[in-house]
This record gives sequence, structure tokens and C-alpha cells, in this order.
Amino acid sequence: MTDDELLRYSRQILLPQFGIEGQERLRASSALIVGLGGLGSPVAMYLAAAGIGRLLLADFDAVDLSNLQRQILHTSERIGQSKVASAITSLQALNPDVELIPVKPSLTDKSLPELVGQVDIVIDGSDNFPTRFAVNRACVTARVPLVSGAAIRMEGQVTCFSGQPGGPCYRCLYPDDGSTDETCSANGILAPVVGIIGSIQAAEAIKILTAVGSPLFGRLLLLDALTMEWRSIRLPADPACPVCAG
Amino acid sequence: MQITLNGTPREVADGTRMAELVEDLSLGGQRFAVEVNAELVPRSRFAEHQLSPNDKVEIIQAVGGG
Repeated sequence: MTDDELLRYSRQILLPQFGIEGQERLRASSALIVGLGGLGSPVAMYLAAAGIGRLLLADFDAVDLSNLQRQILHTSERIGQSKVASAITSLQALNPDVELIPVKPSLTDKSLPELVGQVDIVIDGSDNFPTRFAVNRACVTARVPLVSGAAIRMEGQVTCFSGQPGGPCYRCLYPDDGSTDETCSANGILAPVVGIIGSIQAAEAIKILTAVGSPLFGRLLLLDALTMEWRSIRLPADPACPVCAG
Repeated sequence: MQITLNGTPREVADGTRMAELVEDLSLGGQRFAVEVNAELVPRSRFAEHQLSPNDKVEIIQAVGGG
């Protein structure tokens, strides 16, 4: 580690559980961030600032004026740019040492396994269930940990899946049927709520990558920001889960 | 027997199973998970999972926004 790196990351290296070893592990790590919106913004910014080695960035939208209330990676002058390009501009400014890789193909059951196989962890901040289930399937197959976060209105949910056999997966939590789903564009979202959930996702990703502390494996955190109350629920594997069982 | 459903007391028949409760609540078309006493009940166990008096049951609506 160079003198500049030692200084840049000094407040993290100071942590007895983290140290230089944790910083080096983080620098040797890579993550795929799915979605560069309200959740993906703090996830990408914290992982880059904290010194992760490589980020794969996936999002197929362009920056829209209605995003800027909460998607803090993006700026007014970058309206109309792809979110990936906008994210790269912001993240390079935050920390030029991080390798930033735009993900070109769309995320499908065909492209995801290869992508997920290239990284040490996946952080899901997507805005739709088909993507969430596809990302989960790829992570289970590749045995890659998945940090899953979601938010709407003044509510948030966050958990981690180890990707290892025996633990639960996202499909153990929710069914993959044709349910009608709510979106932030139809139901609204309070700006900092995605910041809270995304920041937890970033913290959990760093913990998992550096083997520091106990991640949210087998636990689901539920946030009600209206009363600012949290609940923690045990999340067991479904022995008949069509994705991870057997 | 009495259970608590989403924070509200509710009377259900003794031995009610989770699948019956879910059916009664008409949650068709919604994506949700069910928690009893701070532990998620796997979907495949709904048919056999028997509720007990004073169980705290919460329906957790799936959130997919990002």
C-alpha cells in the first residue's frame, strides 16, 4: 500500500477488526452493482470511497430529472446521459484508484451467470422483481453472496444471502409469480430512505468481502421510516425452494 | 383462539393452519411473506404450519423498488 493509500483509508485501517489486512482484502475484491438508482448510488459511492478494487456497474436507464431527488450519483447537468456513464464520472472523482467497468449486455438468465462468476459479491438495488429473481438465481448457481435491498414510500427491507448451500435465498423469501407489484414511480419514495437502505447494503458488502463481523445472513431487516422503527426477522431456507433447495 | 395479525387482535379457529389464514385474508395477486413470532414461515410449510394461541403474525409485503 502506498503512503497515499494509507492516508486515504487511515480511518478504516484504524479499526482493530479491519486493519491493513481488511483494506487489502477490500482492494483485492470486486462487486457487481445491479441498478444505479436510489440504492445503487450510495452503494457505489461508499464502496468506491472505501477502496474496493473493482466495480461492475449495471443499469440501462438514462438520468432523468425525476431521479435526482434521491439518486445522488447523478447530477442535473447529466440528465439524458446513461446512468452508467454518469456513475463513472462521479465515482472516478471520488476515488480514481477503483477500476470501474460498465456492464454492456442486458441482465438476463443468459448473461448473468458469466457476469456473477466474475465478482466476489453482488449488490442488488434494482427496481423490479424479474431482475431480482434473475440475479438471485445466478448468485445461487455461482455460490456468490448477494446483498439485497429494496425501498418504497417510507419503508425499506434489507438482507444478505451467503450463496452457500443450506442458507436461504431471495426466492425462499418471496414467490416468483405474477403478482402485481408497486413501484417508486407510482407510490413515491422519501429520498433518504434509499440512502439508509443502500448504506446498509454497502456496509454489509464490505463486511462480507473482508470477513469482518456478522453479516445479515438469515436475517431480514424491515425499516418503517414513518416511526423510524426497525424489526429483525429470522429468515430460514425453504426446504422446498425451487431455486436453492436440493 | 386469539392471535395478533399485523398488530391487531384476531380470533381464529383452534388449529388454524397458515394456508387457511392466508386464504381468509384474500391476499391473492399480492407478493408477500409471512412472519410468525419474528421468524419467516417458508411458503412450502403454509399447508402444515399450525398457528398457536397468542402467535404474532405479520404479513410482509414484498418491496422491489430501488
